[in-house]
Amino acid sequence: MSSEMSANVRTGPILEVRDLKKYFPVRRGLLQRTVAEVKAVDGVSFSLQAGETLCLVGESGCGKSTVGRLILRLIDPTGGTIAFEGEDIAALPREAMRAKRKALQIVFQDPYASLNPRLTAGTIVGEPLENFERLGRAEREARVVDLFRRVGLSADAMRRYPFEFSGGQRQRLGIARALALSPSVIVADEPVSALDVSVQAQVLNLMADLKEDLGLAYLFISHDLGIVEHMADRVAVMYLGRIVEIAEKERLFAGPRHPYTRALISAAPVPDPNAKRERIVLEGDVPSPMTPPAGCHFHTRCPFAFDRCRAETPLLREAAPAHRFACHLDI
Amino acid sequence: MTAPLLDVQDLKTHFFNEDGVTRAVDGVSFTVAPGETLGIVGESGCGKSVTALSILRLLPPRLGRTVAGRVLFEGTDLLTLSERQMRDVRGNRIAMVFQEPMTSLNPVLSIGHQIAEVVRIHKGASAEAARTRAREMLDLVKIPDAARRLDDYPHQFSGGMRQRVMIAMSLACDPKLLVADEPTTALDVTIEAQVLQLILELKAKTGAAVILITHDLGVVAETCQRVVVMYAGRKVEEAPVAQLFARPAHPYTRGLLASIARGKAGRRARRLNEIPGMVPSLREPIRGCAFAPRCQFAQDRCRTEAPELAPVTGQPAHRAACLRLEAVLAS
Repeated sequence: MSSEMSANVRTGPILEVRDLKKYFPVRRGLLQRTVAEVKAVDGVSFSLQAGETLCLVGESGCGKSTVGRLILRLIDPTGGTIAFEGEDIAALPREAMRAKRKALQIVFQDPYASLNPRLTAGTIVGEPLENFERLGRAEREARVVDLFRRVGLSADAMRRYPFEFSGGQRQRLGIARALALSPSVIVADEPVSALDVSVQAQVLNLMADLKEDLGLAYLFISHDLGIVEHMADRVAVMYLGRIVEIAEKERLFAGPRHPYTRALISAAPVPDPNAKRERIVLEGDVPSPMTPPAGCHFHTRCPFAFDRCRAETPLLREAAPAHRFACHLDI
Repeated sequence: MTAPLLDVQDLKTHFFNEDGVTRAVDGVSFTVAPGETLGIVGESGCGKSVTALSILRLLPPRLGRTVAGRVLFEGTDLLTLSERQMRDVRGNRIAMVFQEPMTSLNPVLSIGHQIAEVVRIHKGASAEAARTRAREMLDLVKIPDAARRLDDYPHQFSGGMRQRVMIAMSLACDPKLLVADEPTTALDVTIEAQVLQLILELKAKTGAAVILITHDLGVVAETCQRVVVMYAGRKVEEAPVAQLFARPAHPYTRGLLASIARGKAGRRARRLNEIPGMVPSLREPIRGCAFAPRCQFAQDRCRTEAPELAPVTGQPAHRAACLRLEAVLAS
């Protein structure tokens, strides 16, 4: 496996998403008529540079996982463009999209549900090679051994079945499978959320090493701000289908501009009893994405909301170069 | 020192399956003072939840049994009570809040009915008085428009609100001890902050002691006064919260703290500490220290001799079970 980066002479982002939308229909009644829409992703734009980690962070239902699935076209977007290496893949036909997935891979949250329990680990990891590359049996086997070694599993683990592995080892298998076709972008959807803390560290270190060695770009989806701060180069914060703030990691954590980002950062429990900080405890719940509030989606919970927020949707605007946020106020 | 409210001595709870015995809790002792918040922390399978279930005798007998130990609550050994006597303790003097509020509420009964039922059964209150109490409790846990919501059903509440309802129900009879098992794990971080704040406020108001069971050291740091760290069914360390985070003594506690991703804005990400290997099987009796196979300080002695809890230099309230304590502390 060699890094794609040196061969890649194109400048510009490897992935560029513009105004991405996904509306899920809500059907009711005997005729299953569409009675409403859930705007799971509602006009999301961002770019990802080669070798970069962009973290998408937000709470349940904010649309972060839907964005990940849209990029791989596991579901089809309602609108917007997804430019991968300069080519819009948002409307690519099935077969052409299938070929693109060699370079665009995903690691799922649940290592228990995402591995076929009836296949051996070696078959699972070798399957992408079998599907996409014309390799002899011996050559394929050698590649799989190499992949196992790369994710820290021994070669004799190839003959075992998923149930024989621990959660952390299964996630290593999921990563090995994603790496099989030497992708340039990996969407990692909550890859360590199902794992214990000490095992999380093993998998996060592995992912960091792979990024370094292979020049991978990650779209890293997480709800855990500690992990985001550890892994990210840049961070995008989502709330009810929209990006409310996007910036380089250091800027975002040192000087968050959106009231939601501030609340989110301050709410995360910190493992230090002496950490004295002002906690912003938000009132109320996240509204249903089926009936999002008008104007700024966050106004129902925002301590600073005023009339304009209830009527007018704030657009992303620049706080500093490469730091944008969507709020009417300058707090 | 006042007498402890709860005094758990050498508790052993084992699961009996066809192919052997799982020693889920293997000789755990701790105390809880009146009004105190004790955190029990550890990773999956360490026995923290089984400890809680054993205290309340909630394990189905065909699954697991407490085979040894004493659970002294206000001086009475709960393990010697009849099932009828025990029912009078549960939900009345000791209450419990579980991780998953949806599965612990009855979906076909209204919220008001479920809270009132607790008061009617334990306090013999009239239907009217019980309903008044239910409304008071919903007010107390800050459910907006409590009087109207009494007749709503669990599915009409969000996850955070359901957990508030569970807390309202558990505190309705003014218990002396609240056992909360991962009460915020299923919740989003901004909702988690609300619920933790609520538990602390109510604790201050009612003077109840709290046992908070969690895998999240951040939650422990922010809410507990004292901490018990469990590993493989045993207590490996206990300390006042500030002491535990400032000077962790057991190699497992140290490893756990160092493995948490918390990121430092403005600094280059360093590698996370990994605890190599994985938790031992509890199916076989563990000789020596359960953590020895993963411990960098382990010597031959650690693999044969089970360590006793011993005070960490100069701190009588801080104890750790490690034969290599001096070497660890000097490192």
